[in-house]
Amino acid sequence: MYTWIWRTLPGGFPGKLAGSLLLIAVICVALLFIVFPWIEPLLPFNNITVE
Amino acid sequence: MRTDETTDAARRPQNLEQSTLEEPETTELFNAEDRYGEARNDEQLSDADEASDADEDEASDADEVSGARSGSAQGADKAPRNRGDLVRTGIRGLGQTLITAGLVVLLFVVYALFVTDLITNERQEDLTQELRQVWEDDPAPPAAPVDPDGPALPEGGLSDIPRGEGLAFIRIPAFGADFVRVVVEGTGPNELEQGPGHYVDSARPGEMGNFALAGHRVGKGSPFLDLDQLKPGDPVVIETVDMWFTYRVLGDPATGNYDADPSGIPGMQVVTPEDIQVVNPVPGVYDPAAAPTGAYLTLTTCEPKFSARLRLIIHAGLEGPGLPKSEYPDGPPALTGE
Repeated sequence: MYTWIWRTLPGGFPGKLAGSLLLIAVICVALLFIVFPWIEPLLPFNNITVE
Repeated sequence: MRTDETTDAARRPQNLEQSTLEEPETTELFNAEDRYGEARNDEQLSDADEASDADEDEASDADEVSGARSGSAQGADKAPRNRGDLVRTGIRGLGQTLITAGLVVLLFVVYALFVTDLITNERQEDLTQELRQVWEDDPAPPAAPVDPDGPALPEGGLSDIPRGEGLAFIRIPAFGADFVRVVVEGTGPNELEQGPGHYVDSARPGEMGNFALAGHRVGKGSPFLDLDQLKPGDPVVIETVDMWFTYRVLGDPATGNYDADPSGIPGMQVVTPEDIQVVNPVPGVYDPAAAPTGAYLTLTTCEPKFSARLRLIIHAGLEGPGLPKSEYPDGPPALTGE
């Protein structure tokens, strides 16, 4: 998967590096601010007894 | 048996490959380069699409594989090589998936410990402005009489503030002179991610009964992270629209004994999540209808840190009557140190 992404990214080594970093950043932001806040209530970490 | 042979053969060159990959540190540079070259070629090969384009020289490694396996797959020259590559690609894919999953879990820890703090702090700033605005627009004190020595309120002061809205400010000087949080109404997940929450059926600030608050221990702003640091006599100051209420942690400030209060209510205790009587009008008394015996403040949070297995409870008693903000604009003596 990672090999394929690296091969697919355009722009030689600098372009590939920039593209990879951009991809990583986008995925991290999406996880931290969209996916995790959405998934968190479904996880058993906050067991609240009295609402 | 055949399948055994196949897997065995497929595995053997991999082991070889691993050992050559681990070696270069100890071998000469020349050899190391050579082997890295081999390994790189091999990597290209294992991507099944490209296998057919590869040079014969580069394919030498894979040829050995097919040679070793010729017994099990006769005739077709390419098929066995591709199958070995498929196995390798599959294993590598599994490895990458597991590593990715691990990184995502680590990122979730970062989220739980740091990102939730950012979100909560932002929300606290909004809540602060909203509450100040509400108080400015309607500076009238709440309808019910606020008098700690007055008659007990039958319902323990059910709140009329909508869930999730600001209700008061809580200041705990022991957590730092600048420790201030907006207390929101309600203790559901949506309320607690904004700040400490007020158990809706518990008393209001300064009232007879039990003004009970819940807060997260770690993450979501960690309002009650250091609750275990509170000592008997430490002040907890609640600011309402027109009053300051100073509660002090129960116990003997001289000896630090949490259990020395004449009321029998401990200043600090650890209970199970089911022990909800700690937020009853008389803290720790199981009957929720029991007449309040005093004006208490109860803070509840998770114990131990990073776990929701138990609950850490702080009980504090109201010190004297509330002080009007008109007379003490900078705060009660517990805050100003006068």
